[in-house]
Amino acid sequence: MWIGVWSLKAQSYENASQHQCLKCHSKTSYTYMNTVKGKEEHRLMNPYFVLDTVAMTSGVHKQFDCTDCHSSEYASYPHNGNLKLEPMNSCLDCHGGDESFASYHFERIEEEFKKSVHYKAYGDNFSCSKCHSQHTYMATARNSSSVKDIVDYSNKMCLSCHSDMKKYQLVSGHENPQLVKVHDWLPNQELHFKHVRCIECHTEVTDSLMVSHNILAKEQALKNCVECHSADSKLKASLYKYQNLQKRSEDGGLLSVLSNESYIIGTHQSPLLQLASIIIFLAVVAGIVIHSMFRIFKK
Amino acid sequence: MGSNKIYFYPIWLRIWHGFNALGIIVLIITGISMQASIESSLIAFNTAVNLHNVAGIIVSLSYLVFFFGNLFTKNGRYYLIKFSGFLKRPVKQAYYYAWGMFHGMSSPYPLSERRKFNPLQKYFYVIVMYMAVPLAILSGIALFFPELIIEKIFAFSGISITAVVHSAMGFFISIFLVIHLYVASIGKSPAENFKSIISGWHHV
Repeated sequence: MWIGVWSLKAQSYENASQHQCLKCHSKTSYTYMNTVKGKEEHRLMNPYFVLDTVAMTSGVHKQFDCTDCHSSEYASYPHNGNLKLEPMNSCLDCHGGDESFASYHFERIEEEFKKSVHYKAYGDNFSCSKCHSQHTYMATARNSSSVKDIVDYSNKMCLSCHSDMKKYQLVSGHENPQLVKVHDWLPNQELHFKHVRCIECHTEVTDSLMVSHNILAKEQALKNCVECHSADSKLKASLYKYQNLQKRSEDGGLLSVLSNESYIIGTHQSPLLQLASIIIFLAVVAGIVIHSMFRIFKK
Repeated sequence: MGSNKIYFYPIWLRIWHGFNALGIIVLIITGISMQASIESSLIAFNTAVNLHNVAGIIVSLSYLVFFFGNLFTKNGRYYLIKFSGFLKRPVKQAYYYAWGMFHGMSSPYPLSERRKFNPLQKYFYVIVMYMAVPLAILSGIALFFPELIIEKIFAFSGISITAVVHSAMGFFISIFLVIHLYVASIGKSPAENFKSIISGWHHV
């Protein structure tokens, strides 16, 4: 019912040219009246202040208007320079301690995040929005049924800084690592990047939280193929467990269970083949032993 | 009889056989270590993968020597299977191994310049060298370049099926190796055949 109230209030992002803020903040340049010079001026917009209005209309905060979070004084231009000194709401200000968001475990996420390498490196300046754009964020991992989409969306969050020199430097103070190069050791790199989330190896996966927010230092990242490609794969604890369960509840077939094990190396994918191979091997060894006994004792 | 010698194994064949033998031994050891996901202190998983890849390439290249060697030299004719007695001949040989050789029977298919392999041996060699090894090589190449593999075969992942084919062939070749080594010890003396494949000369 809150949503009802908000949606009444919200302005449509769809019609950006009519929106008081977006008529400038959705474009790469803007025009304003310079009252000192007494003439109209055309200027470039800071590219980091240009908003993707299409993404905004499907984001989780689409019901909100700009001034619900930003100061209402932004309504006038030129914006008052002191406004940028005002503290912004953090996610927990709205999402923390609220029963309606309990299933998202925001408090636990914060706890985990505080252990992460991001928090250690940048402290409180590393806000949720560094990864989860408050303007456009979608809860893809919860709502999408395509693992490929979930992986893609999740990895783009990491890459928005980790493959962007300027944004990476803002937090770390040094140049961003060459992702392709540091992952050189990983076989089939491209395939892994497309199908596995960065966080699968770079976080401490906990069973009870859907996405771990404890991003580990690179030295602690998984670098061991068998952690995933084995019968008790780490992947089973995260996204793939979720997908596996979902798929099985959908078609309930045996085949889907079998194909879900496909990231396990070799015949371990099929316990039946494994058993068969052990039996065949033992039979051959027994045959050889018996035959050599005959050769020794019955010349 | 006595010291009747035949030059059975020309130099190109012995070189191929040497590379193939060493390569396949490395492939089996690293293959089992990856398969079982054993993180042993002896071979780290990464090392096993790298060794397996390198040995796989070596065995594939040496397979070309085998393949073209047999295509362009007379050695290839030893692998031709005769239609007459298609089943009778290998069964007779198997009977000799299982019963006859312990009851004073002489070898039903003695080796000569015209016959390098007995029928049972020939069948196994053909199956291994013209089916199992090529399949292992092809599926190995496919796993090197997984973008080549069809994504779904019915409900199964193409990569998964390729991996199963690859490891099943690997297993079959391993079993072949065990039998091959054992049967090779059934010669004039247990070491005789091993000497032949190094020197090239076989005592008949």
